[in-house]
Order: sequence, then C-alpha cells, then structure tokens
Amino acid sequence: MTMAQNDIVILPPSGSNVLSVEIRKSRSQVDGGFTLDLRFEVMSGFTVLFGPSGAGKTTLLDCIAGLAAPDRGTITIGGSVLFDPQRKIDLPVQRRRIGYVFQGLALFPHLTAEKNIAYGLTGRGASERRRHTGAILESFRISHLRQRRPAEISGGERQRVALARALVTDPCILLLDEPLAALDAATKSKIIDDLRAWNHEHRIPILYVTHSRDEVFALGERVLVLENGRITAQGTPHEVMTAPRTETVAQLAGFENVFDAAVVAAHEDRGTMTCRIVGSQVELETPLVRAEPGSSLRVGIRAGDILLATVRPQGLSARNVIPGRIVSLQQRDMIVVARVDCGIEMDLHLTLAARDLLELQAGREVWLVVKTHSCHLMAG
Amino acid sequence: MDWQAFWLTIRLAMLVAVILVIVGLPIAYWIAYSRWRWKFLAEAVVALPIVLPPTVLGFYVLVALGSRSPLGRWWQAITGHTLAFTFTGLVIGSLIYSLPFAVQPFATAFSLVDSKLMAASATLGASKLQTFLRVVLPLSVPGLVTGVALSFAHTLGEFGVVLMVGGNIPGVTRTVSIDIYDRVQAFDYAAANQTALMLLSVSFAALCLVYGVNRKVWALWPWK
Repeated sequence: MTMAQNDIVILPPSGSNVLSVEIRKSRSQVDGGFTLDLRFEVMSGFTVLFGPSGAGKTTLLDCIAGLAAPDRGTITIGGSVLFDPQRKIDLPVQRRRIGYVFQGLALFPHLTAEKNIAYGLTGRGASERRRHTGAILESFRISHLRQRRPAEISGGERQRVALARALVTDPCILLLDEPLAALDAATKSKIIDDLRAWNHEHRIPILYVTHSRDEVFALGERVLVLENGRITAQGTPHEVMTAPRTETVAQLAGFENVFDAAVVAAHEDRGTMTCRIVGSQVELETPLVRAEPGSSLRVGIRAGDILLATVRPQGLSARNVIPGRIVSLQQRDMIVVARVDCGIEMDLHLTLAARDLLELQAGREVWLVVKTHSCHLMAG
Repeated sequence: MDWQAFWLTIRLAMLVAVILVIVGLPIAYWIAYSRWRWKFLAEAVVALPIVLPPTVLGFYVLVALGSRSPLGRWWQAITGHTLAFTFTGLVIGSLIYSLPFAVQPFATAFSLVDSKLMAASATLGASKLQTFLRVVLPLSVPGLVTGVALSFAHTLGEFGVVLMVGGNIPGVTRTVSIDIYDRVQAFDYAAANQTALMLLSVSFAALCLVYGVNRKVWALWPWK
C-alpha cells in the first residue's frame, strides 16, 4: 500500500512554531450567547490565557484543536494552516498535531497509565513506542505507575499522566485547560517545574488556561486576558495585573475597591493627577495617565494597600488622607475587614492586633491613608 | 422432550444474536451520534417490534418473504424456493423482531461514553474508527453483553412471528415455544412442563448474565 498523497498541508517538525489565531465564532443563545472575536499570536513558551469562567477560554482552545469550528477566520501554526475556510482548509483534529490536556483530563479509564501515554504512538514501531513512553514516564517521574489505571492513582499523578500522554506525540503546540486547578500548591509547583524543564528542550507554544491569579504569576511569561470572547489586555503578568485596565481584570487581580471617578486636573510636571470619586467629595491623587480633565475613569484600590489612623496623621509621604467613619468590622480568618464610610464606602484589611490595640469599633472616626501609586486607573 | 426443537431454537437464537451484533453496532453508533434532525423516525422504526403484536410483525414479514413480493420473487429466482416456511425465513423474521433488544442497549452504552474521551482520542491522532474500536467499544462492554443476551433470550421465546413465518415443520421451523403449544393442545402437560421449564431456565440464566454484568460496571473485567 502506498501512502496517500492528498495532504494539503504538511506540518513541519515542531520547534520555531508561532501560533497565529484570528477567529470569529458566535455561540448560540443556549450556550450563553456571546461572540468569540479575537486575534493574537503566541510564541513558544508559556502564555497564560486568563479570564472569568464563561469568557470563552475553552471554546477558543476547542477551535484551535479542531473540536469546534469558528464561523470565519484563520488559524496557523508556523507555516502550516490548520483552518482557513477561504482556502477550504479545515484540518481534522487527528491531523493537527496538537497536545490538549482537557479540564478533567479525559484519561482513558480502561487503560493503564502506560497504555494511556502510548495511545498516540500507534503509528510507530513497537520498540520506538516503548522507548518514547519509557523516556516520558521517566521525565515526569511516573515510571512506577505504568501498570496502574487512572482510578488507582492520585490527582497529581493523573495530571502527570495526562501531560505525558499529550507531550509524547511531539505536538506543535500544547493546550492546557486549567490542568492544575484541583491540586494543592506544592504538587502544582512541582508539576510546573517538570513542565518548564520539558519545554526548555522542546520550545513549543504552550497556551495555559486558568482563572487563578497565583498561577498567572507562577507561570506566565505572557498573559492574554479574555473577557466576553474578546482579548481585553495582554502583556507580562506584572503589567496586566498591577495596572488593570478593565474592571473584570481588576476584580480578578484582587481589587476590593473599584470606583467611578472623574479627572479634575492633571499635574504633568509632577506625574500625577487629581480625580474625584463620582457621588462624593473625595478627591484622590493618582498616577498620571493620558486623560483629559473631566473625562471619566475607574480607580481600583486593594484593601491591603490602605492604612487606617485614629488621629489625623501628619508628616506622611502618602498624599491621600481621607476622613471617614467605621461602618462595620468583620473578621475573616486572621484578618479584619473594615468598611469605612468616606462619602463612598471603602473596604480595608487590618490585623487582629491593630483592631484590638486601636480599640476600633463601628461608629469610630478614622482617617484612611492611600499612596498615590496604590490608586490603579482603568478605562471607565 | 423434543431435543430437535430445543437445538433448533438455540441455533436460531445464537445466529440471530451474532448477526445482530454485526448489524446492530453500526445502527446503534449512528443512533447514538448522528445529529440528523429526522433521526427520531429511524429510532421509532427500530423500536416498533417492542410494541407491535408478533402476529402483526409476522404477517408483514410473511407477505414480504412470500412469492408476491419483490424480495420473495428475487429469492425464489436465485434459490428456486420461497423464504417463507424455511429456517432462513425464520432468521430474517427473528432479526427484525429482536433488533431493538440489541440496538437500544448498544446505543445507550455508546452515548454514555464521555465525549471528552473521544475528543482526547482524536487529538492523539486516532481516526473515528480507531476511536470507536479503542475507546468506545471497550467502555461499552456491559451494554454489548446486555444487547447480545437480551436479543438471544428474546429470540428464544418468540412464538407469534415463528408461527406466522415458519409454521411448524420439525427440524426446520419447529421451535421450543411451538412445541410447548403443540403438547398443550394434545393434553400432554408433562412434556409441555419439561420443555417450558427448560426455556424458563435458559431465559433466566441469560437475564442473570445481563443484570450481573450491569450490577457493577467493571464486574466482568479480568483485571478487577
């Protein structure tokens, strides 16, 4: 029998692959009814795809893998086209050479760890299959599990088997859909180390979906933020998370206080601005951004970045001192969440000791101290 | 006890069960995974023998096999005799009669296989056929056993279709249930009881197999 010569696109060996995606896909009302509409490129190395649930992260991965079809657009890896309806190309899933670790892993329950891993190697000879399987079992430190079935091993071990199964086929790109969500921090960081070590040798794009802020910082060389089917921010984790430009990212990034604000004046010489919080007399000094006086913005302040004083503080470098009155004090684990009415209500975090030493209680008059650079500005 | 009738019945039931695996698997696969909007029509046709009186079914099969139908004429032109009142005719009637008892458990088992596993198989390079053979089929074994055992047991006890299509020719179309009927007609209750008891035992054993396998998903796997 001769090999079929009808391949439209011959995939190059993995290595210097750039994933390029430009797609549009409307989901039916039943599925939540939003449109996936995005365009991005991903280089080799880790890229974190971050966003709230329902943002379209899994749908995007399914489109790349060929499990879902975009309405239009193109998907290419390196020089090879996976999807381009104008050129009548829609490579079937099994020929896309994509490693996909599903949410929930989807290990084959009737096969041992070793057979799960060898599943994608059926085209190769028996000895080569054994060699590849053995090597990857070794590098993910699961050789001792080879005869066990998925039901008989722990969550972290299953995770390693799923990764090994996806990687052993030498894919052009790796898609990971919240692969570590269910694991404890220690197991998680060990697996991430192994994955990093593997990627150091193979250098393929790894698209890692998560809605965990910690994983973004632990993994990402680069972050794409997906909201309602659109990419709303991208950059290094630090850039995206510390200067969130939309409220969804702000809440995900841990901003307890988000307010509408209007620019009162810009102080170009000092690199700051004055903004008034809408619906109050509170004025904040914030970092300077390009915005006309009168334009509206949002300000995010983390509860942990606010200081509280029982007398009006003096001689501080912090520029924002706001008088207010304690509305409530609530203990959560080892911190106290104080809600203070300053015309607007702000939440801040205190230690138990601070609460007791300052004899804080509801109704008490206090001053809040916020540094200029603790005020994070976002698009209004 | 009429051993000739007994072995004829066993032969018929086994043959029907085996053919239904071959014919039933693709039908069940299509029913489980097709997204055709008129699929329910096909499902209804497959399920018809469950609700139809066997005499109605037998009547139409008899007409279809007889020398007035195109099928009957075609068969007669090739073999020189009609299908009605032959063992082959009996097999065809039984296949239709027992089809839902094989297809429905197969289709249910297929549709219970997690679609994520099939997606995973595809991303690992497997074609649809390979995925079916390596993932869907192994995970559907309890459903397969159920379908085979039910179609076997159901064929074993059929009466109406056999009487209509096959008649009562010893060694050719005389099955156990016909034999029992004959004995009762002749007031030979002892012989009828013997045969009835045998049929009862075999049917009970087949159903025990079904429920035994389904009691626990992996109960019959050699490695657990």
